[in-house]
Amino acid sequence: MGLDIRYPIGMMFTLIGLILTGTGLFNGGNVSIAGINIGVNINLVWGLFLLVFGAFMWVAAIRSKGQ
Amino acid sequence: MTQLVHLSPVDYSILVLYVAFVIGIGFALKRQMKTSADFFLSGRNIPAWVTGLAFLSANLGALELVGMAASGAKYGIATCHFYWVGAIPAMIFLAVFMMPFYYGSKARSVPEYLKLRFDERTRAFNSVSFAVMTIFASGISLNALAKLLHSLLGWDYNISLWVCSVIVLLYVLKGGLTSAIYTEVLQFFMIVLGFAPVVYLGLKDAGGWNAVKEKLSGVAAQPAVYNLSDSATKTFNPDAWTSAWKPLLAGPSANPMGIDLFAMVFGLGFVLSFGYWCTNFLVVQRAMAAKDMKAARNTPLVAAVPKMLFPLLVILPGMIALALSATAGKDYAFPKAVIESSKMPAAIAAVRQAVAGNASVEETTKALASATGNSFNSAKVEELLKAAKAGAPISDEQAAIAFQDAVVNDYDGVILSLVKRYCPTGLLGLALTALLASFMSGMAGNVTAFNTVWTYDLYQAYIAPDKSDEHYASMGRAITVVGILLSIGAAYFASMWTNAMDIIQLVFGFVNAPLFATFLLGMFWSRTTGTGAFVGLVSGTAASALFHACSISQGNLPGVKGAYLAKLVVLPSDMAQNFWLASFAFIVCFVLTVVVSLATNRTKSDEDLKGLVYSLTPKQQVDQAWFARPGFIGIVLLIACAILNWLFW
Repeated sequence: MGLDIRYPIGMMFTLIGLILTGTGLFNGGNVSIAGINIGVNINLVWGLFLLVFGAFMWVAAIRSKGQ
Repeated sequence: MTQLVHLSPVDYSILVLYVAFVIGIGFALKRQMKTSADFFLSGRNIPAWVTGLAFLSANLGALELVGMAASGAKYGIATCHFYWVGAIPAMIFLAVFMMPFYYGSKARSVPEYLKLRFDERTRAFNSVSFAVMTIFASGISLNALAKLLHSLLGWDYNISLWVCSVIVLLYVLKGGLTSAIYTEVLQFFMIVLGFAPVVYLGLKDAGGWNAVKEKLSGVAAQPAVYNLSDSATKTFNPDAWTSAWKPLLAGPSANPMGIDLFAMVFGLGFVLSFGYWCTNFLVVQRAMAAKDMKAARNTPLVAAVPKMLFPLLVILPGMIALALSATAGKDYAFPKAVIESSKMPAAIAAVRQAVAGNASVEETTKALASATGNSFNSAKVEELLKAAKAGAPISDEQAAIAFQDAVVNDYDGVILSLVKRYCPTGLLGLALTALLASFMSGMAGNVTAFNTVWTYDLYQAYIAPDKSDEHYASMGRAITVVGILLSIGAAYFASMWTNAMDIIQLVFGFVNAPLFATFLLGMFWSRTTGTGAFVGLVSGTAASALFHACSISQGNLPGVKGAYLAKLVVLPSDMAQNFWLASFAFIVCFVLTVVVSLATNRTKSDEDLKGLVYSLTPKQQVDQAWFARPGFIGIVLLIACAILNWLFW
């Protein structure tokens, strides 16, 4: 297989994770666009999760390449 | 008109990032597209986890996403039967019993398998009906997407439609099936990771699963209050929305789907689900692109695991929305079309006239609908009439509120209403991108299936045989453009007639219902003849059209909804009508195929059918450990599925 799809998936979610984490840190994420307080900075939490997910995909791709 | 949502630069950046990646994948794969087999079959070198997720993603169009949440609200947890009774067993059957013949026969498409097993007639019939269906399926999805972008973000319908089509065209054209499959995997993660936080926030807001259950038992006691029933006095048992089997066992009048056990288990679970998952080239194509037989058979098994848990992501939101609308103080109104205020005086006049003329509920509902352009719940209209006849003076404002309350629920709006309610800027971009991803994966799936069937099963078979491989490869690219243009045409068609959608869905039903009988007999009974299969399949399709023409569900008027020839059968609900129609078509196809096969001579010898029919194919030596064999994994998955059914009994 010429392209390991885990690279683009890892890259994309890492970038989106960075965007969400940044938004969470600087603009918050507790209040939805409808003005409801959702009680958690979801941008920060989910951004960090996506960072971990993205990194996981990278590592998986790199490890399988090494074999 | 609902309020438009404004996207911030952060939201746009996520959207743009996603689009850049899917197009980028197409371009990255361009170098590999040399032969027609690379373009149409991915050169058969993709690992099982990739084809497995693509298998799932191709089916996870936005109609699935939006429609399952809608059904979750409308019917509750019984919607899970589409997964736990329907899809999972069918996917396991495909992996264990059917995949060896699809993959092993070296057929390049499902219609081509029919040609190898039977003859050209069955193949032509199946490929033409399949090609037409895929175009309409991608058109419907495209129309829904453009409409949604228009009503949510205020984007122009035409521009949305063309821009989305061009994106799909770009990556399919560059990378063929491989790029469709790879982007489907990316889209799979996008959809799951984009919606999971919305569902989580919804569940948290509603107070957890037990609170949802409690609220829904209140809804079941008075469904008419929530516009879920046409009768003001209808009540269900408390568990009608939250138990999968008990309401079903109690009969059609005890469950919101209005369905009986036979129609559910045989019609949906066996005929429709096996027909879709085991014979629809859209999904089977993904498995056929796998790198070897092992990977091909593992494809549906890999897909079955997330599929089993999908109800959490797609059905639960509908139930959460319904529970929230029944919770005081949450300030959540179930989505409904809004009556334009300019139409209100006409509506009030219509009701006044109805009261003065002592009109029936049905007539008043109609009069209100024609005055406003909205549809109304007749139980609510009945209440309105009663109140008006009792002579209580009602102000115009009160009337406006009462009318708005009587408008039927917009179930398809559930997902968006939750996205708007819970997403802050940032997460909003992610959730909308997930929605966009689901539309694109559905469309790309249909287009890649269409171009393969067109090129191999229609063009190469009947129009221009014996051309060079480059010729078919370039035909594949040209037909991809044509396929997208036809989808756009189908989208405009669907947008112009409100009934278009109903009619298209109906035709899908006619074509899909009998198909599994043909495959079942073809693969497992060597006596099945080409003539038998063809006669059976055509009569099965005709039988489903005839069944539709003579049956109707309660409360519908003869016409598009059925019974335009005669009203012989009355079924409790649309869903019941669909499932019984499928069962009927299947049985007709099955019986006629057997009878005609016995009356005609076989044209293919046992040697011809080697690798195509179960009993004539020598068992392969398996080099896999017992726990890695599809049969064993299939049993484990079935047990897991049975446990889920039992948990939500």
